[in-house]
Amino acid sequence: MSIILYTIATLAIIGASAAVILYFVAQKFKVFEDPRIDEVEESLPSANCGGCGYAGCRAFAEACVKASDLGDLNCPVGGAETMESVASILGLEAVKKAPRVAFIRCNGTCDHRPKTNSFDGASTCAISASIYSGETGCEYGCLGYGDCVASCEFDAIDLREGMGVPLILDDKCVACGACVEACPKNLIELRKMYPKGRKVVVACRNEAKGGVARKSCEVACIGCGKCEKVCNFDAITIENNLAFIDSDKCKLCRKCVSVCPTHAIIEVGFPPRKVKEEDKESSTAK
Amino acid sequence: MLKTFKLGGVHPPENKLSADKKIENLPLPKTVFIPVAQHIGAPATPIVKRGDEVKTGQIIAKSSSFVSTNIHSSVSGKVKKVDVSADSSGYSKQGIFIDVAGDEWLEEIDRTEELVKEFNLDGSEIVKKIQDAGIVGLGGATFPTHVKLVPPKGMKAEVLLLNGVECEPYLTSDHRLMLEKADEILVGVQILMKAMNVEKAVIGIENNKPDAIQLLTEKAKNYNGVSVVALKVQYPQGGEKQLINAVTGKEVPSGALPIAVGAVVSNVGTAFAVYEAIQKNKPLFERVVTVTGKGVSKPSNFKVRVGTATSELVEAAGGLPENTGKVISGGPMMGRAIASLDVPVTKGTSGILLMQKEESERGEVLNCIRCGRCVSVCPMGLEPYLLMTLGEKHIFDRAEDERVMDCIECGSCSYTCPSHRPLLDYIRYGKGKVGQIIRSRKK
Repeated sequence: MSIILYTIATLAIIGASAAVILYFVAQKFKVFEDPRIDEVEESLPSANCGGCGYAGCRAFAEACVKASDLGDLNCPVGGAETMESVASILGLEAVKKAPRVAFIRCNGTCDHRPKTNSFDGASTCAISASIYSGETGCEYGCLGYGDCVASCEFDAIDLREGMGVPLILDDKCVACGACVEACPKNLIELRKMYPKGRKVVVACRNEAKGGVARKSCEVACIGCGKCEKVCNFDAITIENNLAFIDSDKCKLCRKCVSVCPTHAIIEVGFPPRKVKEEDKESSTAK
Repeated sequence: MLKTFKLGGVHPPENKLSADKKIENLPLPKTVFIPVAQHIGAPATPIVKRGDEVKTGQIIAKSSSFVSTNIHSSVSGKVKKVDVSADSSGYSKQGIFIDVAGDEWLEEIDRTEELVKEFNLDGSEIVKKIQDAGIVGLGGATFPTHVKLVPPKGMKAEVLLLNGVECEPYLTSDHRLMLEKADEILVGVQILMKAMNVEKAVIGIENNKPDAIQLLTEKAKNYNGVSVVALKVQYPQGGEKQLINAVTGKEVPSGALPIAVGAVVSNVGTAFAVYEAIQKNKPLFERVVTVTGKGVSKPSNFKVRVGTATSELVEAAGGLPENTGKVISGGPMMGRAIASLDVPVTKGTSGILLMQKEESERGEVLNCIRCGRCVSVCPMGLEPYLLMTLGEKHIFDRAEDERVMDCIECGSCSYTCPSHRPLLDYIRYGKGKVGQIIRSRKK
């Protein structure tokens, strides 16, 4: 009987002294963590996609708490709503950011861009691009193996098997930028999102000279500069034989669409025009 | 027992169809496209412009750094333009287009066939001349030769190894060169020995070329310190580290250069180019190219000017066979399929292989069955199945620990895989990524 008592007593003493030691150690090595970090983290979408530029939602929450204003911080997944709730937790002013959406700047689908050879190695864009320029004459265009599709955590990219170029589904895209990183040809751009998913965009990245570009793809930008001239808002620049429309400056007037001789500039989301049959074709092809 | 390297290796069917075909001069093309990046290192800088008249052997692009080489015109004529054109991968690369007119060589080049044995240049003069002549390793890697001849501080070469192995199936350009230019190669070897100040040179030749072994063994008796060793046929014996292991028994440590074990390896083709540069003042602007394939009507060995379009070689060998599946620049193991027949011959083109559809097609990719064949054939002692998975899953730090950078890309693993897994594709990808990580760490 006494053995049991002794055991209980000894264990109780060890337990009590360990508790005392632990209490003092915990006091000594206490790390203060702002409770607001947890609060902010909870209000975030927990996608951990890295679209904000930080390593996951926790890191972003820490950055928000540290920041004195939220001007440089934006959660593309949650958008304005999330940023407002973050701002209210922290007592800061929410800065409204225009939502963005990813876009693949290549319209070189199989019917626009003839196949000139075939690649039978590992079917990923990264490997294909490191060995060859692609299966068509265009060395800048989409390879179509879908590294972007694999990188998308939000199911927002449709590979469109057999089409040659995937399609980004605007309603699912959160502009996290994972596909931008994944594309070895640097085709994907995050553009300003306009109502009704409207866009006017140069769906081409071909920097070759006009003739070479045209030969490799029917709808290649040949860098003729007509769009640059017709644009009233300085939104279009031509560099390396390639036009680029700055989505922040573009007013969707669509003048450039009608002057583009190769239909490299496409319009998306507009009601069909009455006269110009060809334009309609290129916009529905997208 | 014939010597060979210790680890791994495979023995694909040899198919040396053009082994008994004499080297012929390919007729001059009408135009050439000479890329400015034909070597490992920085591309050369063009020094000619549109409309300039050039002579054969004239420098048209200057070496832009130490690890770079001069590029010489392979023809005489007028520069059409300096522009970009697709290379074998399909990507645009800068180069010089020349319209050929006549064949007027620079005066200082000795065009006679006469053998010149004596030379009285010292080591640094030889290296300088090799550098000026734009000589690169002709085994395929195209590493500038002058860089190899200057060992890093504190290291000394003891032996020069000559690669006459030609372990790639189909290719016979080195074999023919050894038979037809044996003396020239041996003089070239002597020049390289002088340049590096070594007493000993060993020429390694695989046993499937008994005529070359016999001829060179016979001739080598007249040259001090040069010997010939016959090697068992085993791919990739032509790899630098494998050849060193086969001939000397030494193993180059992971990540180190061959000089770490006192060896420098050079190709027999390079030795011949060195002979021509030193004794004949002739820069490197032509090379021997094997054009072969099972369906080719006239498998041949051609002496070709750099910049000649592949289509001309194919035409000279009897045209493109109907069921051609792939046109490969180089051998079937390490060569690369080319995207178009307009691609020019460069300093590194050892062969053009026209593969038939059936033999060129890759099998259906199946699951790894853990048979371990890739591990047993890897000449570098790596685990290809693991490196592939690491590349696929983007686990690059682990790939680095598993020595992915030691991979010599010989392709033995992909060749032997019963599930047709694209092992080398992913390993090469991982290697590229790990290389980037290592470089960014150094910065």
